[in-house]
Amino acid sequence: MNSTHIEMNPTHIEIVGVNKIFKTADKEVVALRDINLEIPEGQFVCLLGPSGCGKSTLLNAVAGFSLPTSGHIIANGQKVNAPGPDRGMVFQEYALFPWMTVEQNIAFGLEIKGMGKAEIQDRVASLLAMLGLSDFKARFPKDLSGGMRQRVAIARVLALDSPIMLMDEPFGALDALTRRNLQDELLRIWSELKKTIIFVTHSIEEAIYLADRIIVMTYRPGTVKKDLIVELPRSRETSDAGFNALKRELGQLVMEEQQRHHNDELKMAAVD
Amino acid sequence: MKFKWREIGAGLIVPVILIAIWHVVTSMGWVNAQVLPSPLAVVKKWIEYASPYEARDAATTSWLAWAFSGELIRDTMGSMYRVVVGFLVGAGLALPLGLAMGSSQRMYAWMNPLVQVLRPIPPIAYIPLSILWFGLGNPPAIFLIAIGAFFPVLMNTIAGVRHVDGIYIRAARNLGASQTTMFVRVMLPAAVPYILSGVRIGIGTAFIVVIVSEMIAVNNGLGFRILEAREYFWSDKIIAGMMSIGLLGLAIDLAMNKLNNYLLRWHRGLEN
Repeated sequence: MNSTHIEMNPTHIEIVGVNKIFKTADKEVVALRDINLEIPEGQFVCLLGPSGCGKSTLLNAVAGFSLPTSGHIIANGQKVNAPGPDRGMVFQEYALFPWMTVEQNIAFGLEIKGMGKAEIQDRVASLLAMLGLSDFKARFPKDLSGGMRQRVAIARVLALDSPIMLMDEPFGALDALTRRNLQDELLRIWSELKKTIIFVTHSIEEAIYLADRIIVMTYRPGTVKKDLIVELPRSRETSDAGFNALKRELGQLVMEEQQRHHNDELKMAAVD
Repeated sequence: MKFKWREIGAGLIVPVILIAIWHVVTSMGWVNAQVLPSPLAVVKKWIEYASPYEARDAATTSWLAWAFSGELIRDTMGSMYRVVVGFLVGAGLALPLGLAMGSSQRMYAWMNPLVQVLRPIPPIAYIPLSILWFGLGNPPAIFLIAIGAFFPVLMNTIAGVRHVDGIYIRAARNLGASQTTMFVRVMLPAAVPYILSGVRIGIGTAFIVVIVSEMIAVNNGLGFRILEAREYFWSDKIIAGMMSIGLLGLAIDLAMNKLNNYLLRWHRGLEN
């Protein structure tokens, strides 16, 4: 075996020459251009960039909701061509089924899998305990806070035991305290279960706090601007000097793209 | 259940004043008693209308059967029977058709033009045909009521299925839901709020149509009774009958409300 790859886990998600073009009646938008990424097993990857940089588009392509116009994605050794429970997704808007209780939401994926009743009960009970939801199991989502809802959504994906977890700005709508709380929770679960995570965010601090690797994307067309490994030891401190140095560096990169986004909007306004 | 006496008291003020005015107007002889009988006469007639005709014959009739032998009770039950059967027939046909039209583009394309042409025809306009087809008695009445209930339930079911939030569908696909599971566990429950409001409108329409159909096709029921009373100039009985219709409608509405609250206990809109 090649010595440089000794510490590298085998590739888990492979994104090869992916382009995504959205066509509307009067124009074409190139959302992703020539994306090539290899993500090893167990890596926590953050996709970072301003809105319109195609980070969610890339995540949706891996999830199988919206396939690439050209190129392909291999996940769990198989070409992605549809959504599936091997790539569990946590949505920003929670996407819990409001007519199901917390317990039923978590059990739903298992019922679809055809798991036996007793086994489902055990699994759901342990997930409820893991995420501190046991006292809320009979509630409907409308009776939960945003943070609690997102815990349920995470538990629902964990129930599937999928090796890959896709997260689309999952904590974007939460207040700062709840957010930090859930970030810590997620890190704990990740270190326990060793999942491969792709996490979309526009928060630089969140990316540094969570990720093994940060991929900064450019504004339209979405390309990889910077692909860096976060070397900071865990658990990380946001007040740390190394943390702040990285924050400045990434801040610079993201601001450049944000500026391009802004200019583009001004141009569009001028056309109108 | 706790009664809110204050609220009930406040709600009684206006009716009491109106009845007092009514009483004064009639007892002073300002209007012809045949045109507008006094409230007391109405109540008297109402009690008479509700009471059994004859003394109980212990040998042939049970106490319960005797208590329910009054004309009003039998009319009410007759009307209720027609509403329930007619509604079940109409809604029972509308629900599967609505689900099919809402979920299948092809089914929608096939059926929608026909539905759009038939829908504006008021159920009352079917009276001549219904008598031609079904003669007199319950069948034409039930036919008319079914038509009255059919369209509201159909239209709302279609809308309900078509307006299912895409995020639920994405989440369910991500969990690996099959077409059947998607329909039964996601689309259908998500459409329930719409369907129930269709059911509510449908029952309201059925209730209007039952009164009309009883005026033309059958010889019992609340609608028949008030028309019959007019022929004898029993204005007190007309008003007593109308009040009975109002109370029955209110009872149906309250029952629907209870059902709604139970079935939609997960729904955000019902938090208060």
